[in-house]
Amino acid sequence: MLLSPVAMHIPDGFLSPRVSIILWIVSIAIIAYALRRVGKDLGERQLPLMGVLAAAIFAGQMLNFTVVGGTSGHLMGAAIATILLGPWAAILVMTTVVGVQALIFQDGGLVVLGANIFNMAIVGVAVSYMIFRTVQRIAGGRKWGLFVGGFLAAWLSVEIAALATALELAVSGTSPANLAILAMAGIHALIGIGEGLITVGALAFINATRPDLLSAKEPAKGSNALLWIGGLLIALALVIVSPLASADPDGLEWVAEQQGFLINAQSPQYNIIPDYVLPGVSNEALATILAGVLGVLIVFGVALAVAYTRRGRQPSSSQ
Amino acid sequence: MHVHFLDPYRRRASPLHRLDPRVKFILVLAFILVVALTPIGAWPVYILLFAIVLSIEILSDLGVAYVLKRAVLALPFVLAALPVIFTTQGAPLLEIPVGSWTLVITQEGLARFISIALKSWISVQAAILLAASTPFPDLLVAMRAVKIPRLLVAVFGLMWRYLFVLVDEALRLMRARAARSGETGQAGTKPGGRLAWRARVAGGMAGNLFMRAFERSDRIYVAMLSRGYDGEVRATPLPALNQAGWLVLILGLAVLGLLIVLSILI
Repeated sequence: MLLSPVAMHIPDGFLSPRVSIILWIVSIAIIAYALRRVGKDLGERQLPLMGVLAAAIFAGQMLNFTVVGGTSGHLMGAAIATILLGPWAAILVMTTVVGVQALIFQDGGLVVLGANIFNMAIVGVAVSYMIFRTVQRIAGGRKWGLFVGGFLAAWLSVEIAALATALELAVSGTSPANLAILAMAGIHALIGIGEGLITVGALAFINATRPDLLSAKEPAKGSNALLWIGGLLIALALVIVSPLASADPDGLEWVAEQQGFLINAQSPQYNIIPDYVLPGVSNEALATILAGVLGVLIVFGVALAVAYTRRGRQPSSSQ
Repeated sequence: MHVHFLDPYRRRASPLHRLDPRVKFILVLAFILVVALTPIGAWPVYILLFAIVLSIEILSDLGVAYVLKRAVLALPFVLAALPVIFTTQGAPLLEIPVGSWTLVITQEGLARFISIALKSWISVQAAILLAASTPFPDLLVAMRAVKIPRLLVAVFGLMWRYLFVLVDEALRLMRARAARSGETGQAGTKPGGRLAWRARVAGGMAGNLFMRAFERSDRIYVAMLSRGYDGEVRATPLPALNQAGWLVLILGLAVLGLLIVLSILI
């Protein structure tokens, strides 16, 4: 039985010790904060709910559907956990899921567990939360916001988490940046669609049977805005850094070299992937960053435009 | 319960199984950290590390074949490191023409790739030994000993307790879908319906699973309340580590320390 549907659980040996340890520190700090928030904001009811929902997400990753031929779509679960539990509890739930997968099923390593928690629990949840809240606010309580928000949150959380994984592998000198980032981004753009479709289906089911579970999941404001900004920054940073690293792998390999792991930077004889460069901008680094920012803005612009036209068309469909 | 086969714990009477779970947990983490710290191409250290893991496998009574078979399952990720064979600069070993490009295998690239694969393989075996020789409740004790917060340990514990129940639910949902959709089970047959429809069915199953989890957690909460739960996670104090435990811990850490020194010297 394949227990890791999403090829994102990094095993031990694939990340340099420095990357592993830095990401452990970051993850521990965020988990500690999440524990405090969950202990403060949420009732005692939350403990059994978090445990059982973590088990459900683990089990839910087994549910699949055929896409074409032998490939199938699966669930990672960060988005649905965020929507059902709120961001802080979702971080803890996803941490538990990733932790059990590593400890018991060797799905992902133990020394690199901090990195896997960072990618799937923290990046996944923060990005999901940011997108979902944004679409919800635009939708203003109408139902399509739930589904559009759910789909985009699921898709983008998988995609950004994959970018984070690829970047960590590249910084560790395990995979060449230009290949790893494009391969991970490409594969997970498709996997993310499966994630998005299942998430929307699950939300539709829950909305039809227990709509009360999907409302009022927004506790005290304030530091949740911090998470929203965090999610946006992570998404932007990865979308900017990835093409940059991909177009200019030497930069990353310099980082790797600083760690004493890479023998030398290389000049590829097999330049398979053309660089991301904007025409008309002479500085290559600047051009790649601009291209990345432009891409994000276009995606956001399209999403906003679609959202606003929907809003105008059905002015009184809110419940 | 149909899915107890998921639980990797294998009951044996070996010294490894008797060892205090806290010592095992810390030593396995330290071992994997040492593997991670070993530089690329330090072959003698790899051999020593592999010898350690292999001798513990023999000592554990689990069967070397069992551990090695499980370890292979975790390896497909090695593909991610495959390109370094060609992209690391160094003395060329072999040139493969692919269309208009030439892929050059370098000596350094090959050494790097084999090192990554070996490190990952040795680490996975250590992790398997831990999981196969320690029941999960003992791992929770170890987590508490390394000061993981009680709330998080409690979530881990609850997740483990209901994992098999919910995996069973998921398997029932999948069986129900297979029964209703006339699945032939033959490879190569076309799946029914359109993609969006199949995705919606799977999504409905996931939603169903989450709803059952919600309702189950409500019942669990009521059951906990009726047994005196007041929102506080309590646990009995951990017993002191016995002398044998201390001895193994200190010896183990000393050996691992020596290996680090060795890998620096080489």
